[in-house]
Amino acid sequence: MTPNTSPQHIWKPTPPAGDNEAFTAPHTSATVAPPVKISVRNLNFHYGRFHALKDISIDIPEKRVTAFIGPSGCGKSTLLRTFNRMFEIYPEQRADGQILVDGANILDSREDIARIRARIGMVFQKPTPFPMSIYENIAFGIRLYERLQKSEMDARVEQCLARAALWDEVKDKLHQSGTSLSGGQQQRLCIARAVAIKPEVILLDEPCSALDPISTARVEELLKELVREYTVVIVTHNMQQAARASDFTAFMYLGELVEFGNTPTIFTRPSRQQTEDYITGRFG
Amino acid sequence: MNTMTSPHDHIVKGFDAEMSRLTGEIAAMGELSIKQLEAAMDALGKRDSKAAQRVVDNDDALDSQERQISDDVLHLLALRAPMARDLREILAALRIASDIERIGDYAANVAKRSMTLNLSAPVPLVGSLAPMARMAGRLVHDAMLAYVAHDAEMAHAVWERDADLDTLYTTLFRELLTYMMEDARSITACTHLLFIAKNIERIGDHATNVAENIWFVVRGAPLDEPRTKQDQTLET
Repeated sequence: MTPNTSPQHIWKPTPPAGDNEAFTAPHTSATVAPPVKISVRNLNFHYGRFHALKDISIDIPEKRVTAFIGPSGCGKSTLLRTFNRMFEIYPEQRADGQILVDGANILDSREDIARIRARIGMVFQKPTPFPMSIYENIAFGIRLYERLQKSEMDARVEQCLARAALWDEVKDKLHQSGTSLSGGQQQRLCIARAVAIKPEVILLDEPCSALDPISTARVEELLKELVREYTVVIVTHNMQQAARASDFTAFMYLGELVEFGNTPTIFTRPSRQQTEDYITGRFG
Repeated sequence: MNTMTSPHDHIVKGFDAEMSRLTGEIAAMGELSIKQLEAAMDALGKRDSKAAQRVVDNDDALDSQERQISDDVLHLLALRAPMARDLREILAALRIASDIERIGDYAANVAKRSMTLNLSAPVPLVGSLAPMARMAGRLVHDAMLAYVAHDAEMAHAVWERDADLDTLYTTLFRELLTYMMEDARSITACTHLLFIAKNIERIGDHATNVAENIWFVVRGAPLDEPRTKQDQTLET
């Protein structure tokens, strides 16, 4: 299924049920389509008997910010958690279909699960710094994958903190506990920690819901930086945040992907009535 | 005029109330502008300078209504963060208010010129302006009906009908030229009539602007068909 991107296709009728063609990231003819990083095909997800994701097919473009929006329980966080098989830590959860990252299906991959999660990092709603120093919060993950000299490690920690726009605020207290930081700083520390092990994709699940507007603005600014090197996927309840911070937006409802398009189009001229009702606050 | 809402109401009721207030204000502005045009034409026909002065004075009311709409739009944009159709509707309200304010200015200018005309002898061609003004008034009226009904097709019809007004204007322009050539003493009065005719023709253009904005609100894309302008006075 291809999203409606050209002005000629507004109010395009809903495609027939069973149309399994993937939603592909839109592009105008003037620009080259970004390559696909994660290609989801016919993904179904069950929590026990509950069918949480229904036949999702979508192409997440590389080095872009893709936002997932939708009401609570629509499946957006569930979908995010399939991208690095985070769901496997819970019992009775099952994913069928394909999630192709650079063409390889991670759902039946023999690749080490820790390796997959290192390639596809995740930042959660509530900041989760390790109960150790700011420095160690970053260095800990790096040591699992690389052996670095102290000076190299120092440089890497600085680089990660700088990339997360946190270095100037913590450079004089690197050996204080990560939990001593403010909520916004803790969240940026978690992003720095995710970046430290050089992932390819960063998944963010409501990363700003516990943050004040200034910290939120810093994280959003950070996304713009990160996307130069990484593919970023963000789940957010805050539509203004999706509008401000993402290149592409997908709207989900009741476990289905309703619409996927470039962000300006979704927020000014969505194709589907359900999307329109949701983003204009008319849902229900 | 009844205002039509979108298929579903907002969860936040206050937003709906503010949006329908905005629509109501635009509709009221539209009605007042039509009354102003009618009153100006009436004053012109009856050579009633007092009535014309009332039209000029009343224009302040339209100006203050436009300021009120600007304030409301600013408020809605800042506090409601509108999206999609809501955003288009609010943007269109700002533009439409500005068009109606201009329509009011043209009506006031007709009234002002009628006062000047009253200082000299009557010119017979004044009567020819009345049908043109009625047509312009109907265009504005129908554009406002399309606005409150969110009816893109009705708006499109208004947009097309402006060509008829242009045709009338071209006819009148030629008539006035002929009259001036025949009687040089009428040049001052006829020049004022020409300006009045042009004002009325411009009112039609603003009605088509309103129609284009309604199309944009409902369809989500600009009305980008080529216009068939029938104003051929440049070739006269």
